[in-house]
Amino acid sequence: MRFAGRTVGWSAGLTAVLCAVVTVSAGIGPVWIPPAAVTKVLLNAVAVPTGVSLSGPALDVSTTRLFAYPVTDLQTQIVMQVRLPRILLGAVVGFSLAAAGTIMQGIFRNPMADPSIIGVSSGAAVGAVGYIVAPVAIPLGLGLRGAAFAGALLAAFGVYLIATRNGETPVATLLLAGVAVQTFLGAVVSFLLLQSGESIRRALFWLMGHLKGASWPEVTTSVLLVAVPFVVLLAYARDLNVMLLGEEDAQSLGIEVERTKRVLLALSSVVTAAGVAVAGIIGFVGLIVPHVMRLLVGPDHRILLPTAALAGASFLVATDTLARSGSAEVPVGIVTAALGAPFFLYLLRKREVREL
Amino acid sequence: MSGPSRSNGTDPEQDRAGPMLDVADLSVAFGDQSVVSGVDFGVDRGSFVGLVGPNGAGKTTVLRTVKGTLAPDRGTVRVDGEPVSDRSAKEVGRLVASTPQGTDLSFDFTVRQTVEMGRTPHLGRFDRMGERDHSAVETAMERASVVRFADRPFTSLSGGERQRVLLARALAQETPLLLLDEPTANLDINHAVRTLELVRSLVADGKTAVAAIHDLNLAARYCDELVLLAGGGVRAAGRPSDVLTSDTLRDAFDAETLVTTQPGTDAPLVTPLAERESVDRRVHVVGTGAPAADALAALVGADCRVTVGVVPAGDAAAERAAELDCEAVTVPSFAGVDDAARERAVGFARAADAVVVAGAVGDRNAPVVEAGRARLGVETGDRATVSGVDDTVPLVALPAAVASLPPAEGSDAVRPPNQSPTD
Repeated sequence: MRFAGRTVGWSAGLTAVLCAVVTVSAGIGPVWIPPAAVTKVLLNAVAVPTGVSLSGPALDVSTTRLFAYPVTDLQTQIVMQVRLPRILLGAVVGFSLAAAGTIMQGIFRNPMADPSIIGVSSGAAVGAVGYIVAPVAIPLGLGLRGAAFAGALLAAFGVYLIATRNGETPVATLLLAGVAVQTFLGAVVSFLLLQSGESIRRALFWLMGHLKGASWPEVTTSVLLVAVPFVVLLAYARDLNVMLLGEEDAQSLGIEVERTKRVLLALSSVVTAAGVAVAGIIGFVGLIVPHVMRLLVGPDHRILLPTAALAGASFLVATDTLARSGSAEVPVGIVTAALGAPFFLYLLRKREVREL
Repeated sequence: MSGPSRSNGTDPEQDRAGPMLDVADLSVAFGDQSVVSGVDFGVDRGSFVGLVGPNGAGKTTVLRTVKGTLAPDRGTVRVDGEPVSDRSAKEVGRLVASTPQGTDLSFDFTVRQTVEMGRTPHLGRFDRMGERDHSAVETAMERASVVRFADRPFTSLSGGERQRVLLARALAQETPLLLLDEPTANLDINHAVRTLELVRSLVADGKTAVAAIHDLNLAARYCDELVLLAGGGVRAAGRPSDVLTSDTLRDAFDAETLVTTQPGTDAPLVTPLAERESVDRRVHVVGTGAPAADALAALVGADCRVTVGVVPAGDAAAERAAELDCEAVTVPSFAGVDDAARERAVGFARAADAVVVAGAVGDRNAPVVEAGRARLGVETGDRATVSGVDDTVPLVALPAAVASLPPAEGSDAVRPPNQSPTD
């Protein structure tokens, strides 16, 4: 099929781009490692599972490594323990934000929609800043990431409840409720910052969005949190196409509109929350990447969703590499906005975005 | 086949019993505002029914309850025997296809992609479009004549083209029931007629169609039956000629209309009469055929009290006079004008403020024309002037010309007009 071929072609191409970006990025830093060496390190790390055993609470997977290229221990250490977790986390966060942005723009049929439109980021900010300012106030031992994740989902669910009446959630109401709740939570965050004293620097750094100090467990958790909802979202891609015709038409074409909206909102909120919880508020990825990909591949979500997600991953890895390669590290959120906004404006001038 | 199987729901050529659509006691309110209440009507399989009525009468609302996008507050809507509310959206999507009223959708899909979305109710979540789906899409695009711009973006099309694409999308659904909300609203007369001809041919192939149509004359010409909605309920339903009468239209639209028949058919022709100063004059029309009939209609439409004669029974003017409730002096066809009839006509002419001559006038009617206080002729195209008249005017200017004449003083003696004596 011509269409399926196009999807596979674009996805494969963007995956290749992502691999290249990751490889180059893993070589960049205080110690330069050539891409060839990085490739060898990465290949050495490839392992196939050969057995599974349950020991205590953890799942033990015994593996066998396939390659054994000669590389120095230092290079392996730097790539595998220092740089790769951060790079992969960046990829996952970029992937999740771009995917969620695509879904939200589709649901809202509004080019200004982004992943945080129903309050996910603001909720995460309250959770995270609250944790930083007063860690004792957050029960259940959630930790910073957990607090942000919980705050994100609570905010999204709250907005959904406010906007829902008689089992119907009009997107216009949802949009306005989202704006109002974001404003309110913004006030809460400002208040918390005033009370933060010593920890204000840490709180601000989180709010600006960064990937510093990423670890392998974080990568694993966020991959799982993003991958499962993403697969379901892919299965809803055609429904989302039909929803672009308008909810009335979608319903008469056999889409259970309200249920589909619920599923899409819930899943994209989880995907966004997973990204925001580990990286803080990184703007613009979820807004511009879907637009750029829509200009390139068209509005069909069956091809747009996977390609936008992959492009988002590459974009965030590349911008984070820039963010950490200067003499002093800047939060990646600043870089995405600083690079993304002018590029987006260039696109707007070149080809007016009149519709989704 | 046992039981109300839905498997044949996609087959338009089914011969199951019962109406395709049955609306019973339907009531819908938005908040406190009742839109329709107690609406009842049925649509037989293989028929084309038009929903007509003034703006805000609830035509779109009724259609929305049929396609299941609006839940009724009371009453049931049955499609193919089962209430719509008991069916899933997918099931309804395989039974009912609709074209929306608005065409200002904002997306950048191509025409083909848009039409392909019509296959959605036939596809499972993980299904791909199969051979059957592709052929349905091609057939639909051909029937709606949109193949020519199949690969263009939907947003680049004109309003009329978009409407045809949305019709193609509905056809790709391959449903037995087709709903059209103002299918001709954005179309020029050529495309409007072609669209309705297409719907007729679909109905001839076994589909059932229900359309909300603004244009009463197109509705009358193409629909088997009409349902006139007004004031939240059904005002009249049945054959177009029974539904579209001056009385029901006045009732429903609060407008004066002139109902005649469309040339070459027995479908009613509704001519709205502009609201204008009513011309309070008595007019006697002399003449025969279509010119006299038209003059009669124009004068009655302008509120004149009109009499006519002498005309042969069966003449167009005599029939129009009967339709419009005007007093006419008639004589049997080919019998000639007898003295008694002429005397009566002369009496009418004397009592009138003006005598209007339209169409062919026999010599025997000359005394009737001469008896008029003022004599106006109507231009008939082939002959610009009529002998024995003071002035000749085109038909459209006739009421104004009559209004400009002074009212006759003596006419009171013959038949008092509706004026108070002190005037």
